[in-house]
Amino acid sequence: MLRIEHAYWLLALFLAGAAWLNLRERRCWHTAFWTVLAALFASGDYVLTATKAQHQLPAQLAGIGVLALAVLAPRMKRGHITERSAEEREADALRLRHKLLIPALLIPLVTLLVALLGNRPNLGSVPLFAQQQMTLTGLALACLIALIAALIVTRAKPSAGLVEGRRLLDTLGWAALLPLTLASLGGVFAATGVGAAIADLVRTAIPVQSALACVVAFGLGMVLFTVIMGNAFAAFPVLTAGIGLPLLIQMHGAHPAILGALGMLTGYCGTLFTPMAANFNIVPVALLELPNQNDVIRAQWKTGAALLIVNLCLMYFLVFRS
Amino acid sequence: MHWLPLFGVLVVVIGFALRFNPVPVVVLAGVVSGLCAGKSIGEILGLLGNSFVSERALLLFALTLPAIGVLERAGLREHARNWIASLRSLTLPRLLIAYLGARQILSMLGLTNVAGQAQTVRPLLAPMAEAAAGKRGAPLDPNERNEVRAFCAATDNVGLFFGEDVFIALGAVLLIQGFYAQHGIELQPLQIALWALPTAIAAFLIHGARIVLFARRIAQDKLTSTSTPTVERDAAH
Repeated sequence: MLRIEHAYWLLALFLAGAAWLNLRERRCWHTAFWTVLAALFASGDYVLTATKAQHQLPAQLAGIGVLALAVLAPRMKRGHITERSAEEREADALRLRHKLLIPALLIPLVTLLVALLGNRPNLGSVPLFAQQQMTLTGLALACLIALIAALIVTRAKPSAGLVEGRRLLDTLGWAALLPLTLASLGGVFAATGVGAAIADLVRTAIPVQSALACVVAFGLGMVLFTVIMGNAFAAFPVLTAGIGLPLLIQMHGAHPAILGALGMLTGYCGTLFTPMAANFNIVPVALLELPNQNDVIRAQWKTGAALLIVNLCLMYFLVFRS
Repeated sequence: MHWLPLFGVLVVVIGFALRFNPVPVVVLAGVVSGLCAGKSIGEILGLLGNSFVSERALLLFALTLPAIGVLERAGLREHARNWIASLRSLTLPRLLIAYLGARQILSMLGLTNVAGQAQTVRPLLAPMAEAAAGKRGAPLDPNERNEVRAFCAATDNVGLFFGEDVFIALGAVLLIQGFYAQHGIELQPLQIALWALPTAIAAFLIHGARIVLFARRIAQDKLTSTSTPTVERDAAH
Protein backbone atom coordinates (compact mmCIF):
# COMPACT_ATOMS: atom_id res chain seq x y z
CA MET A 1 0.00 0.00 0.00
CA LEU A 2 1.30 3.45 -0.89
CA ARG A 3 1.25 5.78 2.10
CA ILE A 4 2.23 9.42 2.57
CA GLU A 5 5.34 8.28 4.49
CA HIS A 6 6.68 6.78 1.25
CA ALA A 7 6.50 10.24 -0.28
CA TYR A 8 8.48 11.64 2.67
CA TRP A 9 11.10 8.91 2.30
CA LEU A 10 11.41 9.71 -1.40
CA LEU A 11 11.89 13.35 -0.52
CA ALA A 12 14.51 12.42 2.10
CA LEU A 13 16.35 10.51 -0.61
CA PHE A 14 16.28 13.54 -2.92
CA LEU A 15 17.53 15.83 -0.14
CA ALA A 16 20.34 13.39 0.68
CA GLY A 17 21.29 13.32 -3.01
CA ALA A 18 21.39 17.11 -3.08
CA ALA A 19 23.62 17.04 0.02
CA TRP A 20 25.98 14.62 -1.72
CA LEU A 21 26.27 16.76 -4.87
CA ASN A 22 27.05 19.79 -2.71
CA LEU A 23 29.70 17.79 -0.85
CA ARG A 24 31.44 16.99 -4.15
CA GLU A 25 31.57 20.72 -4.87
CA ARG A 26 32.86 21.45 -1.33
CA ARG A 27 29.83 23.52 -0.42
CA CYS A 28 29.87 22.27 3.16
CA TRP A 29 27.12 24.43 4.68
CA HIS A 30 24.67 23.30 2.01
CA THR A 31 25.69 19.68 2.56
CA ALA A 32 25.10 19.94 6.31
CA PHE A 33 21.77 21.71 5.84
CA TRP A 34 20.27 19.21 3.39
CA THR A 35 21.65 16.25 5.40
CA VAL A 36 19.93 17.37 8.61
CA LEU A 37 16.71 18.03 6.72
CA ALA A 38 16.88 14.61 5.02
CA ALA A 39 17.33 12.96 8.42
CA LEU A 40 14.30 14.81 9.82
CA PHE A 41 12.18 13.68 6.88
CA ALA A 42 13.33 10.09 7.00
CA SER A 43 12.73 9.79 10.75
CA GLY A 44 9.52 11.87 11.00
CA ASP A 45 7.20 8.91 11.21
CA TYR A 46 9.26 7.32 13.97
CA VAL A 47 9.32 10.61 15.93
CA LEU A 48 5.54 10.95 15.78
CA THR A 49 4.94 7.34 16.85
CA ALA A 50 7.39 7.71 19.73
CA THR A 51 5.73 10.93 20.91
CA LYS A 52 2.35 9.24 20.88
CA ALA A 53 3.82 6.52 23.09
CA GLN A 54 4.93 9.22 25.60
CA HIS A 55 8.54 8.72 24.57
CA GLN A 56 10.01 12.22 24.33
CA LEU A 57 13.64 11.68 23.30
CA PRO A 58 13.17 11.31 19.50
CA ALA A 59 11.11 14.51 19.34
CA GLN A 60 13.76 16.31 21.39
CA LEU A 61 16.47 15.12 19.01
CA ALA A 62 14.34 16.37 16.12
CA GLY A 63 14.11 19.69 17.99
CA ILE A 64 17.91 19.83 18.11
CA GLY A 65 17.86 19.17 14.36
CA VAL A 66 15.55 22.17 13.89
CA LEU A 67 17.94 24.34 15.93
CA ALA A 68 20.84 23.10 13.76
CA LEU A 69 18.92 24.09 10.61
CA ALA A 70 18.33 27.55 12.07
CA VAL A 71 22.08 27.96 12.66
CA LEU A 72 22.97 26.68 9.19
CA ALA A 73 20.35 28.64 7.19
CA PRO A 74 22.06 32.09 7.24
CA ARG A 75 25.31 30.53 6.00
CA MET A 76 23.75 29.30 2.76
CA LYS A 77 24.72 31.90 0.20
CA ARG A 78 22.80 31.82 -3.04
CA GLY A 79 25.66 31.11 -5.43
CA HIS A 80 24.94 30.70 -9.10
CA ILE A 81 24.88 27.08 -10.20
CA THR A 82 25.90 26.44 -13.78
CA GLU A 83 23.02 25.75 -16.09
CA ARG A 84 22.93 24.70 -19.72
CA SER A 85 23.42 27.67 -22.04
CA ALA A 86 20.41 29.57 -23.33
CA GLU A 87 21.29 28.67 -26.95
CA GLU A 88 21.28 24.93 -26.24
CA ARG A 89 17.98 25.20 -24.39
CA GLU A 90 16.43 27.25 -27.21
CA ALA A 91 17.58 24.65 -29.77
CA ASP A 92 16.05 21.81 -27.74
CA ALA A 93 12.86 23.81 -27.29
CA LEU A 94 12.49 24.24 -31.07
CA ARG A 95 13.16 20.55 -31.65
CA LEU A 96 10.96 19.04 -28.91
CA ARG A 97 8.18 21.66 -28.90
CA HIS A 98 4.91 20.45 -27.35
CA LYS A 99 6.47 17.15 -26.30
CA LEU A 100 8.04 19.13 -23.46
CA LEU A 101 4.63 19.96 -22.07
CA ILE A 102 3.54 16.32 -21.72
CA PRO A 103 5.64 15.44 -18.63
CA ALA A 104 4.85 18.83 -17.06
CA LEU A 105 1.13 18.23 -17.49
CA LEU A 106 1.46 14.67 -16.18
CA ILE A 107 2.03 16.10 -12.68
CA PRO A 108 -1.45 17.65 -12.36
CA LEU A 109 -3.06 14.89 -14.41
CA VAL A 110 -1.79 11.94 -12.35
CA THR A 111 -2.48 13.84 -9.11
CA LEU A 112 -6.02 14.41 -10.33
CA LEU A 113 -6.48 10.74 -11.25
CA VAL A 114 -5.29 9.55 -7.85
CA ALA A 115 -7.48 12.12 -6.10
CA LEU A 116 -10.57 11.01 -8.01
CA LEU A 117 -10.05 7.27 -8.44
CA GLY A 118 -7.44 6.51 -5.78
CA ASN A 119 -9.73 4.40 -3.60
CA ARG A 120 -10.58 2.04 -6.48
CA PRO A 121 -7.46 -0.01 -7.37
CA ASN A 122 -6.65 -2.87 -5.01
CA LEU A 123 -3.65 -5.14 -4.63
CA GLY A 124 -5.29 -8.34 -3.51
CA SER A 125 -7.38 -7.24 -0.56
CA VAL A 126 -5.26 -4.18 0.27
CA PRO A 127 -6.10 -0.83 -1.38
CA LEU A 128 -3.25 0.61 -3.48
CA PHE A 129 -3.43 4.03 -1.82
CA ALA A 130 -3.90 4.74 1.88
CA GLN A 131 -6.88 7.03 2.54
CA GLN A 132 -4.90 9.51 4.60
CA GLN A 133 -3.61 12.43 2.49
CA MET A 134 -4.24 10.47 -0.70
CA THR A 135 -3.94 13.54 -2.93
CA LEU A 136 -0.46 14.31 -1.62
CA THR A 137 0.60 10.69 -2.08
CA GLY A 138 -0.74 11.06 -5.60
CA LEU A 139 1.33 14.20 -6.09
CA ALA A 140 4.48 12.32 -5.10
CA LEU A 141 3.69 9.47 -7.47
CA ALA A 142 2.91 11.99 -10.21
CA CYS A 143 6.32 13.63 -9.72
CA LEU A 144 8.05 10.29 -10.10
CA ILE A 145 6.10 9.41 -13.27
CA ALA A 146 6.70 12.90 -14.68
CA LEU A 147 10.43 12.57 -14.02
CA ILE A 148 10.57 9.29 -15.94
CA ALA A 149 8.55 10.81 -18.79
CA ALA A 150 10.81 13.88 -18.82
CA LEU A 151 13.93 11.70 -19.04
CA ILE A 152 12.42 9.74 -21.96
CA VAL A 153 11.26 12.84 -23.85
CA THR A 154 14.51 14.78 -23.43
CA ARG A 155 16.79 11.70 -23.69
CA ALA A 156 18.70 13.00 -20.67
CA LYS A 157 20.72 10.70 -18.42
CA PRO A 158 18.84 9.56 -15.29
CA SER A 159 21.37 11.45 -13.15
CA ALA A 160 20.03 14.66 -14.72
CA GLY A 161 17.00 14.31 -12.45
CA LEU A 162 19.14 14.72 -9.37
CA VAL A 163 21.49 17.31 -10.90
CA GLU A 164 18.69 19.56 -12.18
CA GLY A 165 16.52 18.99 -9.10
CA ARG A 166 19.48 20.00 -6.95
CA ARG A 167 19.93 23.16 -9.05
CA LEU A 168 16.35 24.24 -8.30
CA LEU A 169 16.55 23.15 -4.66
CA ASP A 170 19.67 25.25 -4.08
CA THR A 171 17.97 28.15 -5.88
CA LEU A 172 15.31 27.93 -3.19
CA GLY A 173 17.88 27.46 -0.43
CA TRP A 174 16.64 28.16 3.09
CA ALA A 175 13.37 29.57 1.71
CA ALA A 176 12.29 25.96 1.14
CA LEU A 177 12.48 25.39 4.87
CA LEU A 178 10.64 28.50 6.04
CA PRO A 179 7.06 27.14 5.73
CA LEU A 180 7.98 24.23 7.97
CA THR A 181 9.71 26.33 10.64
CA LEU A 182 6.78 28.73 10.67
CA ALA A 183 4.33 25.88 11.06
CA SER A 184 6.29 24.52 13.99
CA LEU A 185 6.33 28.01 15.52
CA GLY A 186 2.54 27.89 15.21
CA GLY A 187 2.60 24.67 17.23
CA VAL A 188 4.73 26.30 19.94
CA PHE A 189 2.55 29.43 20.03
CA ALA A 190 -0.57 27.32 20.42
CA ALA A 191 0.99 25.30 23.25
CA THR A 192 2.21 28.39 25.12
CA GLY A 193 -1.08 30.29 25.05
CA VAL A 194 -0.09 33.12 22.71
CA GLY A 195 -3.49 32.89 21.01
CA ALA A 196 -5.54 33.29 24.17
CA ALA A 197 -3.47 36.31 25.20
CA ILE A 198 -4.13 38.03 21.86
CA ALA A 199 -7.86 37.31 21.97
CA ASP A 200 -8.02 38.84 25.48
CA LEU A 201 -6.15 41.88 24.24
CA VAL A 202 -8.67 42.44 21.44
CA ARG A 203 -11.62 41.96 23.80
CA THR A 204 -10.46 44.60 26.26
CA ALA A 205 -10.11 47.11 23.43
CA ILE A 206 -13.65 47.10 21.97
CA PRO A 207 -17.16 48.14 23.10
CA VAL A 208 -18.81 44.70 23.20
CA GLN A 209 -22.40 46.02 23.05
CA SER A 210 -21.95 47.17 19.46
CA ALA A 211 -22.46 44.37 16.92
CA LEU A 212 -20.53 46.36 14.33
CA ALA A 213 -17.56 46.76 16.66
CA CYS A 214 -17.58 43.02 17.34
CA VAL A 215 -17.69 42.19 13.61
CA VAL A 216 -14.81 44.56 12.90
CA ALA A 217 -12.80 43.26 15.85
CA PHE A 218 -13.39 39.64 14.80
CA GLY A 219 -12.45 40.36 11.16
CA LEU A 220 -9.41 42.49 11.89
CA GLY A 221 -8.38 40.12 14.67
CA MET A 222 -8.44 37.26 12.16
CA VAL A 223 -6.27 39.34 9.80
CA LEU A 224 -3.83 40.43 12.50
CA PHE A 225 -3.48 36.96 13.93
CA THR A 226 -3.05 35.44 10.46
CA VAL A 227 -0.37 38.02 9.65
CA ILE A 228 1.51 37.07 12.83
CA MET A 229 1.10 33.30 12.46
CA GLY A 230 1.15 33.18 8.66
CA ASN A 231 -1.85 30.87 8.72
CA ALA A 232 -5.59 31.50 8.97
CA PHE A 233 -6.17 27.97 10.26
CA ALA A 234 -4.23 28.82 13.42
CA ALA A 235 -6.10 32.10 13.84
CA PHE A 236 -9.61 30.69 13.45
CA PRO A 237 -10.03 28.64 16.65
CA VAL A 238 -8.41 31.36 18.76
CA LEU A 239 -10.48 34.27 17.45
CA THR A 240 -13.73 32.32 17.25
CA ALA A 241 -13.33 31.07 20.80
CA GLY A 242 -12.29 34.54 22.00
CA ILE A 243 -14.70 36.81 20.10
CA GLY A 244 -16.86 34.96 17.56
CA LEU A 245 -18.57 32.49 19.87
CA PRO A 246 -19.14 34.48 23.10
CA LEU A 247 -19.78 37.91 21.59
CA LEU A 248 -21.12 37.49 18.06
CA ILE A 249 -22.99 34.18 18.22
CA GLN A 250 -24.16 34.03 21.82
CA MET A 251 -24.58 37.74 22.58
CA HIS A 252 -25.60 39.20 19.21
CA GLY A 253 -27.19 36.09 17.64
CA ALA A 254 -24.92 35.73 14.59
CA HIS A 255 -25.37 32.73 12.29
CA PRO A 256 -22.46 30.32 13.02
CA ALA A 257 -22.09 28.86 9.50
CA ILE A 258 -21.91 32.27 7.80
CA LEU A 259 -19.64 33.67 10.49
CA GLY A 260 -17.30 30.68 10.23
CA ALA A 261 -17.00 30.77 6.43
CA LEU A 262 -16.56 34.54 6.20
CA GLY A 263 -14.26 34.67 9.21
CA MET A 264 -11.93 32.12 7.68
CA LEU A 265 -11.94 33.96 4.34
CA THR A 266 -11.14 37.22 6.13
CA GLY A 267 -8.13 35.46 7.60
CA TYR A 268 -7.09 34.44 4.07
CA CYS A 269 -6.91 38.15 3.19
CA GLY A 270 -4.29 38.41 5.92
CA THR A 271 -2.35 35.54 4.33
CA LEU A 272 -1.90 37.75 1.26
CA PHE A 273 -0.16 40.43 3.40
CA THR A 274 2.39 38.48 5.39
CA PRO A 275 5.93 37.16 4.83
CA MET A 276 5.07 34.61 7.56
CA ALA A 277 2.98 32.72 4.98
CA ALA A 278 6.26 31.68 3.44
CA ASN A 279 5.10 28.89 1.16
CA PHE A 280 2.80 31.32 -0.67
CA ASN A 281 4.71 34.58 -0.42
CA ILE A 282 8.43 33.83 0.03
CA VAL A 283 8.98 30.50 -1.74
CA PRO A 284 7.73 31.94 -5.09
CA VAL A 285 10.14 34.89 -4.68
CA ALA A 286 12.98 32.37 -4.65
CA LEU A 287 11.42 30.18 -7.35
CA LEU A 288 10.91 33.11 -9.72
CA GLU A 289 14.28 34.64 -8.80
CA LEU A 290 12.77 37.99 -7.82
CA PRO A 291 15.11 40.61 -6.29
CA ASN A 292 13.04 41.66 -3.26
CA GLN A 293 11.61 39.36 -0.58
CA ASN A 294 8.30 41.24 -0.58
CA ASP A 295 7.72 41.37 -4.36
CA VAL A 296 4.85 38.88 -4.35
CA ILE A 297 3.15 40.57 -1.39
CA ARG A 298 3.50 43.89 -3.20
CA ALA A 299 1.68 42.44 -6.22
CA GLN A 300 -1.24 41.04 -4.21
CA TRP A 301 -1.88 43.19 -1.13
CA LYS A 302 -4.36 45.45 -2.91
CA THR A 303 -6.51 42.45 -3.86
CA GLY A 304 -6.34 41.37 -0.21
CA ALA A 305 -7.30 44.82 1.11
CA ALA A 306 -10.28 45.13 -1.23
CA LEU A 307 -11.47 41.63 -0.32
CA LEU A 308 -11.08 42.42 3.37
CA ILE A 309 -13.54 45.31 3.02
CA VAL A 310 -15.92 43.12 0.98
CA ASN A 311 -15.76 40.40 3.64
CA LEU A 312 -16.40 42.77 6.54
CA CYS A 313 -19.44 44.20 4.72
CA LEU A 314 -20.73 40.72 3.83
CA MET A 315 -20.28 39.64 7.43
CA TYR A 316 -22.08 42.65 8.88
CA PHE A 317 -25.02 42.40 6.47
CA LEU A 318 -25.38 38.59 6.36
CA VAL A 319 -24.66 37.10 9.79
CA PHE A 320 -27.46 38.84 11.70
CA ARG A 321 -30.20 38.29 9.05
CA SER A 322 -30.83 34.56 9.05
CA MET B 1 2.51 35.22 33.32
CA HIS B 2 -0.41 35.24 30.92
CA TRP B 3 1.12 37.96 28.71
CA LEU B 4 4.73 36.78 28.75
CA PRO B 5 4.54 34.36 25.77
CA LEU B 6 3.72 37.38 23.58
CA PHE B 7 7.46 38.14 23.65
CA GLY B 8 7.75 35.40 21.02
CA VAL B 9 5.55 37.48 18.71
CA LEU B 10 7.76 40.50 19.42
CA VAL B 11 10.86 38.52 18.39
CA VAL B 12 9.21 37.68 15.06
CA VAL B 13 8.12 41.26 14.38
CA ILE B 14 11.52 42.75 15.24
CA GLY B 15 13.46 40.04 13.39
CA PHE B 16 11.40 40.48 10.22
CA ALA B 17 11.56 44.28 10.47
CA LEU B 18 15.36 44.21 10.77
CA ARG B 19 15.52 41.78 7.85
CA PHE B 20 17.45 39.07 9.64
CA ASN B 21 17.38 35.64 8.04
CA PRO B 22 13.81 34.47 8.85
CA VAL B 23 14.67 30.85 9.72
CA PRO B 24 16.70 31.53 12.92
CA VAL B 25 14.31 34.37 13.85
CA VAL B 26 11.35 32.03 13.75
CA VAL B 27 13.08 29.26 15.69
CA LEU B 28 14.32 31.76 18.28
CA ALA B 29 10.77 33.12 18.66
CA GLY B 30 9.56 29.60 19.44
CA VAL B 31 12.25 29.13 22.09
CA VAL B 32 11.57 32.57 23.66
CA SER B 33 7.84 32.00 23.75
CA GLY B 34 8.35 28.57 25.33
CA LEU B 35 10.76 29.90 27.98
CA CYS B 36 8.38 32.75 28.83
CA ALA B 37 5.56 30.25 29.31
CA GLY B 38 7.74 28.47 31.88
CA LYS B 39 8.53 25.39 29.83
CA SER B 40 11.80 23.52 30.28
CA ILE B 41 14.42 23.29 27.52
CA GLY B 42 13.54 19.62 27.06
CA GLU B 43 9.85 20.39 26.62
CA ILE B 44 10.59 23.16 24.13
CA LEU B 45 12.88 20.94 22.05
CA GLY B 46 10.24 18.21 22.02
CA LEU B 47 7.55 20.70 21.01
CA LEU B 48 9.71 22.15 18.20
CA GLY B 49 10.72 18.75 16.84
CA ASN B 50 7.25 17.29 17.05
CA SER B 51 5.47 20.19 15.35
CA PHE B 52 8.19 20.36 12.68
CA VAL B 53 7.82 16.74 11.59
CA SER B 54 4.01 16.96 11.80
CA GLU B 55 4.08 19.59 9.06
CA ARG B 56 6.34 17.75 6.61
CA ALA B 57 3.66 17.95 3.91
CA LEU B 58 4.63 21.60 3.41
CA LEU B 59 7.87 20.59 1.66
CA LEU B 60 6.35 17.93 -0.62
CA PHE B 61 6.26 20.41 -3.50
CA ALA B 62 10.06 19.93 -3.68
CA LEU B 63 9.41 16.52 -5.25
CA THR B 64 8.34 18.31 -8.44
CA LEU B 65 11.80 19.86 -8.81
CA PRO B 66 13.68 16.96 -10.50
CA ALA B 67 11.08 16.57 -13.27
CA ILE B 68 10.68 20.33 -13.74
CA GLY B 69 14.48 20.73 -13.71
CA VAL B 70 15.04 18.14 -16.43
CA LEU B 71 12.36 19.79 -18.59
CA GLU B 72 13.84 23.24 -18.01
CA ARG B 73 17.23 21.92 -19.09
CA ALA B 74 15.61 20.93 -22.39
CA GLY B 75 13.99 24.35 -22.85
CA LEU B 76 10.52 24.05 -21.27
CA ARG B 77 10.42 27.73 -20.32
CA GLU B 78 11.69 28.77 -23.75
CA HIS B 79 9.03 26.65 -25.43
CA ALA B 80 6.20 27.98 -23.23
CA ARG B 81 7.38 31.48 -24.15
CA ASN B 82 7.62 30.78 -27.91
CA TRP B 83 4.25 29.10 -27.97
CA ILE B 84 2.36 31.93 -26.26
CA ALA B 85 4.16 34.48 -28.42
CA SER B 86 2.79 32.69 -31.49
CA LEU B 87 -0.82 32.85 -30.28
CA ARG B 88 -1.67 36.39 -31.25
CA SER B 89 -5.07 36.61 -29.55
CA LEU B 90 -3.79 35.40 -26.17
CA THR B 91 -3.05 38.64 -24.34
CA LEU B 92 -1.65 39.03 -20.83
CA PRO B 93 -5.02 39.77 -19.14
CA ARG B 94 -6.72 36.87 -20.95
CA LEU B 95 -3.99 34.45 -19.91
CA LEU B 96 -3.97 35.51 -16.24
CA ILE B 97 -7.75 35.72 -15.90
CA ALA B 98 -8.15 32.26 -17.46
CA TYR B 99 -5.56 30.92 -15.01
CA LEU B 100 -7.27 32.63 -12.07
CA GLY B 101 -10.65 31.14 -12.99
CA ALA B 102 -9.25 27.67 -13.62
CA ARG B 103 -7.30 27.73 -10.34
CA GLN B 104 -10.41 28.78 -8.39
CA ILE B 105 -12.59 26.10 -9.94
CA LEU B 106 -9.98 23.36 -9.47
CA SER B 107 -9.58 24.40 -5.82
CA MET B 108 -13.35 24.36 -5.33
CA LEU B 109 -13.25 20.74 -6.49
CA GLY B 110 -10.61 20.01 -3.89
CA LEU B 111 -7.78 19.81 -6.42
CA THR B 112 -5.50 22.27 -4.66
CA ASN B 113 -2.26 20.42 -5.40
CA VAL B 114 -2.89 20.19 -9.13
CA ALA B 115 -1.35 23.62 -9.69
CA GLY B 116 1.05 25.65 -7.59
CA GLN B 117 4.07 27.91 -7.46
CA ALA B 118 6.54 25.08 -8.20
CA GLN B 119 4.29 22.91 -10.39
CA THR B 120 2.81 25.49 -12.74
CA VAL B 121 3.82 29.10 -12.00
CA ARG B 122 7.60 28.87 -12.44
CA PRO B 123 7.77 26.46 -15.40
CA LEU B 124 4.63 27.47 -17.32
CA LEU B 125 2.61 30.50 -16.23
CA ALA B 126 5.49 32.94 -15.65
CA PRO B 127 7.24 32.41 -19.03
CA MET B 128 3.86 32.42 -20.78
CA ALA B 129 2.88 35.69 -19.11
CA GLU B 130 6.26 37.23 -19.99
CA ALA B 131 5.75 36.26 -23.62
CA ALA B 132 2.17 37.58 -23.64
CA ALA B 133 3.30 40.86 -22.07
CA GLY B 134 6.08 41.19 -24.64
CA LYS B 135 3.70 40.99 -27.58
CA ARG B 136 2.87 44.65 -27.89
CA GLY B 137 6.01 46.59 -28.78
CA ALA B 138 9.38 46.41 -27.01
CA PRO B 139 10.59 43.49 -24.91
CA LEU B 140 10.19 43.78 -21.12
CA ASP B 141 12.94 45.44 -19.12
CA PRO B 142 14.12 43.48 -16.02
CA ASN B 143 11.88 45.47 -13.65
CA GLU B 144 8.78 44.86 -15.71
CA ARG B 145 9.69 41.19 -16.10
CA ASN B 146 9.92 40.83 -12.31
CA GLU B 147 6.59 42.60 -11.87
CA VAL B 148 4.92 40.24 -14.34
CA ARG B 149 6.39 37.22 -12.53
CA ALA B 150 5.27 38.50 -9.12
CA PHE B 151 1.78 39.10 -10.48
CA CYS B 152 1.67 35.48 -11.71
CA ALA B 153 2.55 34.24 -8.23
CA ALA B 154 -0.09 36.55 -6.72
CA THR B 155 -2.72 35.27 -9.16
CA ASP B 156 -1.99 31.68 -8.16
CA ASN B 157 -2.37 32.58 -4.45
CA VAL B 158 -5.66 34.44 -4.93
CA GLY B 159 -7.08 31.62 -7.05
CA LEU B 160 -6.11 29.01 -4.47
CA PHE B 161 -7.26 30.82 -1.31
CA PHE B 162 -10.62 31.95 -2.60
CA GLY B 163 -11.58 28.69 -4.25
CA GLU B 164 -10.47 26.20 -1.61
CA ASP B 165 -12.95 27.33 1.03
CA VAL B 166 -15.89 26.33 -1.16
CA PHE B 167 -14.83 22.68 -1.21
CA ILE B 168 -16.66 20.71 1.43
CA ALA B 169 -14.29 17.86 2.20
CA LEU B 170 -11.09 19.79 2.71
CA GLY B 171 -9.14 21.69 5.36
CA ALA B 172 -10.94 24.93 5.99
CA VAL B 173 -14.56 23.78 6.02
CA LEU B 174 -13.80 20.71 8.12
CA LEU B 175 -11.82 22.83 10.57
CA ILE B 176 -14.77 25.22 10.98
CA GLN B 177 -17.23 22.35 11.36
CA GLY B 178 -14.96 20.58 13.85
CA PHE B 179 -14.50 23.71 15.93
CA TYR B 180 -18.25 24.31 16.22
CA ALA B 181 -18.90 20.63 16.97
CA GLN B 182 -16.49 20.87 19.92
CA HIS B 183 -18.56 23.77 21.22
CA GLY B 184 -21.91 22.04 20.76
CA ILE B 185 -23.06 23.56 17.47
CA GLU B 186 -23.77 20.94 14.77
CA LEU B 187 -23.44 22.17 11.17
CA GLN B 188 -23.38 20.47 7.76
CA PRO B 189 -20.22 21.12 5.72
CA LEU B 190 -22.32 22.31 2.77
CA GLN B 191 -23.97 25.01 4.92
CA ILE B 192 -20.52 26.48 5.59
CA ALA B 193 -19.07 26.02 2.10
CA LEU B 194 -22.01 27.79 0.45
CA TRP B 195 -21.27 31.04 2.29
CA ALA B 196 -17.77 31.11 0.85
CA LEU B 197 -19.21 31.60 -2.65
CA PRO B 198 -19.90 35.38 -2.49
CA THR B 199 -16.28 36.04 -1.51
CA ALA B 200 -15.03 33.66 -4.21
CA ILE B 201 -16.94 35.65 -6.83
CA ALA B 202 -15.74 38.96 -5.38
CA ALA B 203 -12.15 37.68 -5.46
CA PHE B 204 -12.47 36.79 -9.15
CA LEU B 205 -13.93 40.20 -10.04
CA ILE B 206 -11.48 42.25 -7.95
CA HIS B 207 -8.33 40.41 -8.95
CA GLY B 208 -9.55 40.17 -12.56
CA ALA B 209 -9.97 43.95 -12.63
CA ARG B 210 -6.50 44.39 -11.14
CA ILE B 211 -5.07 42.08 -13.83
CA VAL B 212 -6.62 44.24 -16.56
CA LEU B 213 -5.27 47.45 -14.99
CA PHE B 214 -1.84 45.90 -14.47
CA ALA B 215 -1.65 44.70 -18.09
CA ARG B 216 -2.69 48.13 -19.32
CA ARG B 217 0.04 49.77 -17.23
CA ILE B 218 2.70 47.35 -18.53
CA ALA B 219 1.59 48.03 -22.12
CA GLN B 220 1.69 51.81 -21.58
CA ASP B 221 5.07 51.71 -19.81
CA LYS B 222 6.46 50.22 -22.95
CA LEU B 223 5.10 52.97 -25.17
CA THR B 224 6.65 55.69 -23.02
CA SER B 225 9.94 53.94 -22.34
CA THR B 226 10.78 53.39 -25.99
CA SER B 227 11.42 56.62 -27.87
CA THR B 228 11.67 54.99 -31.28
CA PRO B 229 8.61 53.19 -32.59
CA THR B 230 9.38 49.49 -32.35
CA VAL B 231 8.78 47.02 -35.08
CA GLU B 232 6.45 44.28 -33.95
CA ARG B 233 8.57 41.21 -33.48
CA ASP B 234 7.87 38.25 -35.67
CA ALA B 235 5.57 36.26 -33.47
CA ALA B 236 6.49 32.87 -34.87
CA HIS B 237 10.13 33.64 -34.05
